[in-house]
Amino acid sequence: MKILVGVKRVVDYAVKVRVGADGVNLKNVKMSLNPFCEIAVEEAVKLKENKAANVSEVVALSVGPKQCQETLRTALAMGCDRGIHISTDLRTDYMELQSDAVAKLFQKVIEEKEKDIHLVLVGKQAIDSDCGQVGPALAGYMSWPQCTFASKVDLDGDGLLVERETDSGTETIKVPKLPAVVTCDLRLNTPRYATLPNIMKAKKKKVDTYKAEEFGVDLEVKNKVLEVYEPPSRKEGILVDDVDTLIDKLRNEASVIQ
Amino acid sequence: NSETSNHSFQFEIHFKVVQSPKFNQHQHFKMLSTIARRGRQQLSTSISIRSASTSTLIIAEPTNDASALAPSTLAAITAAQKLHSGPITLMSNQPINPATVPSSISHILNTNQTDSLAETIAASVQQAVAAKSYSHILAPATKFGSNVIPRTAAVLNFSPVMDIIEILSEDTFVRPIYAGNALAKVQSTQDVKVLTVRSTAFEKAEVDGSSASVEDLHVEPQSMTEFISANVSKSNRPELSSANIVISGGRGMKNGENFALLEALADKLDGAVGASRAAVDAGYVPNDLQVGQTGKVVAPDLYIAVGISGAIQHLSGMKDSKTIVAINNDPDAPIMQVADYALCEDLFKAVPELTEKV
Repeated sequence: MKILVGVKRVVDYAVKVRVGADGVNLKNVKMSLNPFCEIAVEEAVKLKENKAANVSEVVALSVGPKQCQETLRTALAMGCDRGIHISTDLRTDYMELQSDAVAKLFQKVIEEKEKDIHLVLVGKQAIDSDCGQVGPALAGYMSWPQCTFASKVDLDGDGLLVERETDSGTETIKVPKLPAVVTCDLRLNTPRYATLPNIMKAKKKKVDTYKAEEFGVDLEVKNKVLEVYEPPSRKEGILVDDVDTLIDKLRNEASVIQ
Repeated sequence: NSETSNHSFQFEIHFKVVQSPKFNQHQHFKMLSTIARRGRQQLSTSISIRSASTSTLIIAEPTNDASALAPSTLAAITAAQKLHSGPITLMSNQPINPATVPSSISHILNTNQTDSLAETIAASVQQAVAAKSYSHILAPATKFGSNVIPRTAAVLNFSPVMDIIEILSEDTFVRPIYAGNALAKVQSTQDVKVLTVRSTAFEKAEVDGSSASVEDLHVEPQSMTEFISANVSKSNRPELSSANIVISGGRGMKNGENFALLEALADKLDGAVGASRAAVDAGYVPNDLQVGQTGKVVAPDLYIAVGISGAIQHLSGMKDSKTIVAINNDPDAPIMQVADYALCEDLFKAVPELTEKV
């Protein structure tokens, strides 16, 4: 089984972003591997370590500027075998290159470069654009089964048995036959730290680079971002001394309890 | 206008021209003149091609109780009413009684499917749009909507706008990015706008009964995926996404058993119980209690954050709450700055006291 893992370079989760004239200001801001992509990489590597899964290769794919090579090296250090970098200087945080184009680039990689992919693992959403579209859109374009918000993935014959998060709990879905797209949610696994020896080994692993334009995908924005602005800020609050004061305020000032 | 006064009609035609933002007045005008100049046979063809048809299809959130629409569906209906004045069609896998939906619903499509898998819904929508064209396709921005809409849009070759919180016009919306720390005003350039609607951003449409026509939509069953079973968290408490009062616990709760303290308070206030990602991560509570950027977004009248530090991602899921209370013994926790009322006290003392006295 060959696995393709999507990895996105995004603003680090701990950063409080600032909005400038051209959208969110990313100059000198710490960037990291998207947390949900990290979970996807971990799941791919775990499957590779599971002899029963018979995984021949895990390929990591990233779309973005040249710094994505660092993101790919992190994925390689965690255990992916090879990397593919689709290079573009278009902003991938919703501003310029949007999910439909990214999903179509993934489709092109599967159809033209890595023709025997059995499983695509991506994060459930990127924490910059917050769209959660690439995984299910790719499944739609490929006419492949999809399992989003996966919290457990088990091999089941020629396919998978996936437990996924729902609005009211979880549900179990059977995918009778691969290939399929799975998007990874929080509880799926705890990603490993890349060890120093693995980081060194990763430097020697192969990363192929292609230009986004060479795939013939329509990269134009379908949903034009006209403006980016900060949401209105809340009124400043107060410290209350004790429970009695809190109850009084909630009852008589905020009027939210009887 | 002098142009029309030269034309005479042999029969009366009544048609409503809905102004499309794509065309200016002169262009609308030219279209009407062209229609008038052609013969009767060509006329009917012209009307169906030229008139800007606005019509919305809403994918209803599946519920256990078919007698009432989910609150998230009602919010999506309100959103649909803001888009345009054209007809609104509701699509559901269970039979819906027209008397149990808002009056703005003009058609109900019943797909008679036993599951709500993304592949099934995408196929259902494909069938629906093959029979009739829609300018807008909506679903609630729940895990359900987030699962089905991107695939549905992709098979129709559209790019959806997810999690909209405001509608500025038929084609312009506002959606949060970067965990809601930035808002993006977005204009869709596509013929069909596919959207998911954040439930907390729109009022629930009033259920005043409709005279909607009901139609069965035949959908070929799909075999790419198979629903096996559901594990539903049973609770007598209000549903987290739509509750008026939410009490959430974080890492400060120390373990899952201690959440009983919050449950007692929730019972007293008739509220729902939520949790931060840290509490879910640590295994204190199941995932469907998570409030945050990648969990549920809530906007209750009262949100009480207990033992929650207030990470950006958590704030993203509750900062639209009317009143925010923080109970935390760390005065430097970020949540203390966001709260309307902050109580710096040991939660294991404060919460039972609050439960007793409230």
